[in-house]
Amino acid sequence: MPTHANPRYAAPPPPAGPESRGVVVVGAGLVGLTLALDLARHGVAVTVLDDDDTVSTGSRAICFAKRTLEIYGRLGLGERLRAKGVTWKTGRVFHRDQEAYAFDLLPEQGHEYPAFVNLQQYYVEEWLVEACVAAGVDLRWKHRVAAIEPGAASVALSVETPGGDYTLTAEWLLACDGARSPLREAMGLPFTGQVFRDRFLIADVVIRGDVAFPTERWFWFDPPFHPGQSVLLHKQPDDVWRIDFQLGWDADPEAEKQPDRVIPRVRAMLGPDVPFELEWVSVYTFRCRRLEQFRHGRVIFAGDSAHQVSPFGARGGNGGVQDADNLAWKLAAVLRGEAPERLLDSYDAERIPATDENILNSTRSTDFITPKSEAARAWRDAVLELARDHAFARPLVNSGRLSRPATLAESPLNSVDSGHWPAGAVPGTPAPDAPVMRDGQPDWLLRHLGQDFCLLVFDAVWSPTLPGLRCLFVTAEETPGALWDHSGLAAARYGAPPGGAVLIRPDQHIAARFAALDEAAVSAAIDRAMGRSP
Amino acid sequence: MNLDTSPRLQDPDGFLALIMEAHRGLDAEAARRFDARLALILANQIGDMAVLRQAIALARGTG
Ligand SMILES: Cc1cc2nc3c(=O)[nH]c(=O)nc-3n(C[C@H](O)[C@H](O)[C@H](O)COP(=O)(O)OP(=O)(O)OC[C@H]3O[C@@H](n4cnc5c(N)ncnc54)[C@H](O)[C@@H]3O)c2cc1C
Repeated sequence: MPTHANPRYAAPPPPAGPESRGVVVVGAGLVGLTLALDLARHGVAVTVLDDDDTVSTGSRAICFAKRTLEIYGRLGLGERLRAKGVTWKTGRVFHRDQEAYAFDLLPEQGHEYPAFVNLQQYYVEEWLVEACVAAGVDLRWKHRVAAIEPGAASVALSVETPGGDYTLTAEWLLACDGARSPLREAMGLPFTGQVFRDRFLIADVVIRGDVAFPTERWFWFDPPFHPGQSVLLHKQPDDVWRIDFQLGWDADPEAEKQPDRVIPRVRAMLGPDVPFELEWVSVYTFRCRRLEQFRHGRVIFAGDSAHQVSPFGARGGNGGVQDADNLAWKLAAVLRGEAPERLLDSYDAERIPATDENILNSTRSTDFITPKSEAARAWRDAVLELARDHAFARPLVNSGRLSRPATLAESPLNSVDSGHWPAGAVPGTPAPDAPVMRDGQPDWLLRHLGQDFCLLVFDAVWSPTLPGLRCLFVTAEETPGALWDHSGLAAARYGAPPGGAVLIRPDQHIAARFAALDEAAVSAAIDRAMGRSP
Repeated sequence: MNLDTSPRLQDPDGFLALIMEAHRGLDAEAARRFDARLALILANQIGDMAVLRQAIALARGTG
């Protein structure tokens, strides 16, 4: 009995003739849906085309990082993910039959969201579909884009549907059509990087009853139950466990998927007495690659169509959600006429370095897990051997460096500090969360930042009279109308001196810091963050 | 800090003898892992990435 049945969404009939739309998203996957929802919540009319009639099937993303949860918090879905997901923050690495290394991804208290939750991708997509429908997104299932003709001011699409074909002209086309991206292929854009010569069996296994494993990420190098290879274990909701077995390059992917091969592997791991059922089984080869540029005039790529990483580190979906978070407010500002089109170039300037960081980390992890030569393997094994008894070797053990939010430290949208700002999160960083009290109730800082520019003012009652800028007051003493920073964590995480203020962008990244309030400086920083300064 | 390539070993013959002795009885694979363990231990002792980079380049013949 499968633990989940995919919904089937109805395919709307094609329009009677050619159509024009402002913003069209191609691909109702994790990233396309996130982008469509974010745009809709910014008041943009969005049409989404998808060639299928359902959400993600099979073994795909399960690890959703804190930053992703915060983004979904802003989009109204964070609590739903947190409640259903399996919360974890500890990773443990074993070599043969001994623990080699353990890491804690969020040793600090005082954040609304945990380091990670594990949750099947289809749940997230289902809830995104519901939220998109509620936000008025025009979702068109079984509408497949068959051809694309990019122009200077619009993009023409040929769309095929079960009820007939039509032409759709989009002013902006957001290509979220996944790693195989037919749009990228049709435009002839190179997608370069590397393939790792290895194969992994990914099994989602239902285990009911007692399981000896805690809700932690467990990774084995060369365990007794799967000698010479690695194994990764994660708990998901609904009693489903994700097990990745490394197979090596010579494994036959078709044969390895057969239950008569998979069941003995799982049994060797769990022991002879633990009953289980196979839910999904697939064999993957992993890649790290990206487009040279994500924006191509009126066509903008986001998610796996723009970049692909190996899953060690959970940087694929989490990276793609950050693409959507980065792009939505910018496109909305351009469409409102508040920002020039070149603001969209900052999507490349910000997300390409972020992507390179994800690719670098995923590549290094994969190279550790799949050494490329005998010498590389000797070094890898030497690290593992030393790590068992010697603390110095443990940080060298790399079973996946888990997704961290991009800092965007070099972004052209950041301003230099106005006055001396001693410490804390620097411009470009996602705004740190902190526990606060509001009207006597415990609350979280990030919940109040909203999705427009916001000035976080620490211990002062000054508000600049800048149109469209909301001020949020954070105070060390309880003050009516303000967020009370009762633990001092907000001031500490932002490094804010009393009277200082932090400008937060609509995607809740820090744009600028002002040691003393200065209306002209705030105004200039907003201009810079909107791409309006020369 | 810079890589110091002046002769620094107090007992060069003794050091090489120690290494040879440590390799005794190891097959090629075990020897390779021994060398890697030793290099890791020494690298940690050095700690400084700039020095390690110079050392790697020197060993590659490109330094
Ligand atoms: C085994 C595995 C484990 C993973 N684990 C994690 C993890 O733990 N955490 C994490 O963050 N990420 C993980 N990932 C990566 C994650 O699944 C992807 O990064 C994510 O799905 C990318 O979303 P997307 O929307 O860009 O693409 P997709 O989810 O692939 O969506 C693309 C959509 O475009 C549609 N489409 C394609 N062509 C057309 C067309 N011509 N016309 C219309 N529609 C079209 C498709 O039907 C699909 O719905 C994992 C991936 C794998 C394979």
